[in-house]
Amino acid sequence: MQEPIEIILLRQLSSYLMLPIWITDESGNLIYYNEPAEDLLGGRFDEVGEVGADALAEMFVTTHLDGSPVPNEELPLVIALTERHPAHLPMRIKRLDGAPRTIELTALPIMGQGNRFLGTLCAFWEKH
Amino acid sequence: MARAGPETIRFGGDTASVEVRGDDGGVLLLDAGSGLLLAAAGLQEATRIDLLVTHLHMDHVQGLGFFPQLRQAEVETHIWGPISTTETLEERLRRYLSPPLFPVRVRDLKAVRMHDVGPGTYEIGPFRVTADLIIHPGSTLGFRIEDERGTLAYLPDHEPALGQTDFRADPRWTSGFDLVRDADVVIHDAQYTPEEYEARVGWGHSTLAHAITLAARAGAKTLVPFHHDPEHSDDMIDRMLADADVPDGLEMVPGKTGLEIEV
Repeated sequence: MQEPIEIILLRQLSSYLMLPIWITDESGNLIYYNEPAEDLLGGRFDEVGEVGADALAEMFVTTHLDGSPVPNEELPLVIALTERHPAHLPMRIKRLDGAPRTIELTALPIMGQGNRFLGTLCAFWEKH
Repeated sequence: MARAGPETIRFGGDTASVEVRGDDGGVLLLDAGSGLLLAAAGLQEATRIDLLVTHLHMDHVQGLGFFPQLRQAEVETHIWGPISTTETLEERLRRYLSPPLFPVRVRDLKAVRMHDVGPGTYEIGPFRVTADLIIHPGSTLGFRIEDERGTLAYLPDHEPALGQTDFRADPRWTSGFDLVRDADVVIHDAQYTPEEYEARVGWGHSTLAHAITLAARAGAKTLVPFHHDPEHSDDMIDRMLADADVPDGLEMVPGKTGLEIEV
C-alpha cells in the first residue's frame, strides 16, 4: 500500500536535513527517521527499520528536566497523535541501553489535503 | 500550452484532454485542455457529462470556456476537480471563468455542478473512479478508472521521481503507484528528456524513463507517454521514443491527437 504523497515528500525532505527528524504514521509507528536522528535510535534506519508504536514507547525512559517522569499523555508525540495539535517539551531521554540525553522535541500532526490525519513529524535537538 | 504548427502535426499540439467511453455509452472526459473541443463534436446528444480535472493549471482547464455543452442548460455537466484547503473548486475556477480572463462567468453556467474531490473512490455512471493526490505543484489528482472491461490510469502531470533520491518506483514510497498498479493502460507524463529534467527538478513533470519505470514496476500493460513538451517537435518526440528502453511485458503506444485505444 502506497504512502500518501505528503508522507513521501516529507520523508524525502527529511533525508536532506541536518535536523533530527522522526516520521510516524497515524498510529504512532515510526516509519522513518533521518540520519541525524540515528544516534538517538541506536542505529541506521536502513538497519534498524521501522519501530512499532508500542516498541517505541518501551525504548526510552523520559523525564522532565527536573527528573520527574513525563506521563505518557504529556509526551509531545502522544499529544500530536491524539489531540492533533503541535506540542513541544524539553526533556531528558534515555535509551534503555544508553546514556541520558537532554533534548527539546517538537511534534507536529501531519494534516493532508481534505483534513486527512496522516501521522506526525517530530523534530528534536540536543540541549547542551 | 497548446502548440499548433507544422512541427507538431503528427503528435498534435493541443493540451490535455481524454475521452473515455464505456460499453453502455457512459462517457468521462479527463481534463479540459484545448483538446476538449475535439470531444465536443461527439457529445451533441449527451444529456449528462462528467469531466474529471486533475488540476487547475491553465493547460488543463483552458478548454472549459469554449466547451459548448457547458452553456447548454439541458446538458447536466459535472466537473470533478481537486480539493483545496482554502477554496472550493468553484471559487478557484471562477478566477479563470470571469472577466477579464473570460467573458463567461461560472454563475452563468446553468446546469453545471462542481465536486471537490479528495483521495477516495467514486462511482460515476458505469465507472469506478479512484482519485489520489500525486506529486505536482498545487493540489493535483491522478485517476484510476475501472469498469468491467479493464482499468485506465491517468496521471498527465506527475513527478514521482521527486519523492526519491534514486528513482526505482518503490511500491510503498512512489507517488501514484497504487493508481497505476496492474492497470491495462497508463496515460502518464513523459515531458522531458533526462537532460531537461536535471534543470527542472521540482517542476512537476517526468522523463519518459520515469514513466516507463513506474509503469513497468507497477505491472501495467500499456504505457501512453503523454503531455509532450510544447517546445518539442514531432521529430524530437520520435527521437525520445526511439531512445526509450521499454522492458519486456510493457507495450508503449505514443500519445497523440486522435489516438484511440480499446481497453
